[in-house]
Amino acid sequence: MPSTLAQKLWDAHTVRVAPGEPDLLYVDLHLVHEVTSPQAFEGLRLSGRRVRRPDLSLATMDHNVPTQGGVRAADDSSRRQMELLAENCRREGIPLYQIGSRRQGIVHVIGPELGLTQPGMLIVCGDSHTSTHGAFGALAFGIGTSEVELVLATQCLPQKRLGDLAVTIEGELPLGVTAKDIVLSLIGQTGTSQGQGHLVEYRGSTIRGLSMEGRMTICNMSIEWGAKAGMVAPDETTFAYLKGRPNAPKGAAWEAALDHWRSLSSDADAVFDGEISVDASRLEPHVTWGTNPGQVAPVTGRVPQPRSDTDERALRYMDLRPGTAFADIAVDRVFIGSCTNARIEDLRAAASVIKGKHVHPKVRAMVVPGSTSVKRAAEDEGLDLVFKAAGFEWRNAGCSMCLGMNPDILAPGERCASTSNRNFEGRQGSGGRTHLMSPPMAAAAAVTGHLVDVRELL
Amino acid sequence: MAPLDRADVDTDQIIPKQFLKRIERTGYGPFLFFDWRADGKFVLDRPEHAGASVLVTGANFGCGSSREHAPWALRDFGFRAIISPSFADIFLANSYKTGLLAVTLPERQVRHLIDLASEDPTAIVTVDLEKQEVRGEGFSYRFEIDAFARECLLGGLDEIGLVERHEAEITAYEAKRSGWLPAAK
Repeated sequence: MPSTLAQKLWDAHTVRVAPGEPDLLYVDLHLVHEVTSPQAFEGLRLSGRRVRRPDLSLATMDHNVPTQGGVRAADDSSRRQMELLAENCRREGIPLYQIGSRRQGIVHVIGPELGLTQPGMLIVCGDSHTSTHGAFGALAFGIGTSEVELVLATQCLPQKRLGDLAVTIEGELPLGVTAKDIVLSLIGQTGTSQGQGHLVEYRGSTIRGLSMEGRMTICNMSIEWGAKAGMVAPDETTFAYLKGRPNAPKGAAWEAALDHWRSLSSDADAVFDGEISVDASRLEPHVTWGTNPGQVAPVTGRVPQPRSDTDERALRYMDLRPGTAFADIAVDRVFIGSCTNARIEDLRAAASVIKGKHVHPKVRAMVVPGSTSVKRAAEDEGLDLVFKAAGFEWRNAGCSMCLGMNPDILAPGERCASTSNRNFEGRQGSGGRTHLMSPPMAAAAAVTGHLVDVRELL
Repeated sequence: MAPLDRADVDTDQIIPKQFLKRIERTGYGPFLFFDWRADGKFVLDRPEHAGASVLVTGANFGCGSSREHAPWALRDFGFRAIISPSFADIFLANSYKTGLLAVTLPERQVRHLIDLASEDPTAIVTVDLEKQEVRGEGFSYRFEIDAFARECLLGGLDEIGLVERHEAEITAYEAKRSGWLPAAK
């Protein structure tokens, strides 16, 4: 019977299938961070259990690490979470990239760059943006703390089978339009919950033409339209990205892995439970105007008329009036960072917009690289100098102002152009107002001091 | 029963990030909907809804982050069941693990319950997991729930213990994993 990629990945990981019970799946890689794991480790300890496969687990500190001043700059409770993670990892033998380590970074950035994220794997993490890893043709999704404990103890996860959706994206991306605009426009089309109960495969010529970084941006935001996971079938772009990475297979193992990876795509006559099409050739750069990622529009437009109570509430919170041109909305802050858009390609794209220009005097702008490795790579290319010369703050790696668990937060009422993934009320700081967009768009907003169509600066 | 007449209530609202720095599973109740409760006028702060154990709310409840702190906070505040037309997947899974019953009912029935809770806060509603129904005076709504989740909730089963029973199958699976699969160390 023809299968979808998601079905193949699922079937390859079933330890046990029994009627009336969820399938029992085997986890190839369990990523762990400081915020959603303390209670899971405590649960293990209280029940006298140990971590079954510390070798298939990897921990890092990302959610609440300060991006300047090191661990000493953290508040007491953040520091306690970091210390506790270090202690738990030491006791259980789980490798940890802690703050200050050469490989520390956002969990969804370091997995791929270490070559630990590979096609065909099942990857979980106590973080909803785990869907990022699906860009490699892996089945990857976020789990809660009880499930973290379950995976630590058994390396398995009971899961009910989910439906399959295909999102087909065709056409050549216009200049100034990025993977972020594809996914923002998609969420505008689907709303925030259409993906519920589904695994999504992104396909089509536009996806084939995207770099791994672009594919990761799209898979990353699958959760923002409710999907459990997003994925892209692996191809030459995937293999080229992986080759030579520290944990990628080598020699004969590489050839064996390649043989397997090439089989990982949906069969031509596989049936999906739903299909969605996007014409990329007509896309424009997008910005969000509300308090969920589905409240989004092309930057060339205006703040729309509210169509629901939710819209009205969002406009009140965002302090916006229908009919206002997006280009007339001034910003106070610019944040280039997060697991959505803080990889080297994102920093290059932003730097190319600001090169030779300066951050608007009323704007405070910062770049938070997705990982310490990304930071180093950017510095090797001199991107840090471009950002610093333009007046950006150049910070250390972490989740930072995507969710504001560290000192990087918006003050109440501040408006931010952000490359992150959620514009929820208070997400970047209580009372803060977030507009999501691509890295070039955020860079353009930093320079002009307002939301602006980046194509005017290219 | 308390009404929260909003759709797309995300987990950042249910429990804001500053409270994720705690390392316990308990004690989140006072911080539930922290920002929305700042002015003291939030629906849950009205005396007529004090002590409510059922929350009825709009679609896509629990969207966003995977933080299990959201159902922890709802439980800790005193809720035992949440009724909505739909829940985000991870929130739903987390709820069951936490012993919080997430009940999905059609939009029309949820609207009735929100109106009922708003107009008559003293109205008694029973959420009956065994019979899979939500009932009150003059109505009874049947709900569907995953059979396994229902069994776990009713029996208070230790899911890790259940998985550990399949040790032989897990070991057999591990033995046939491909040799090139990466290890983190």
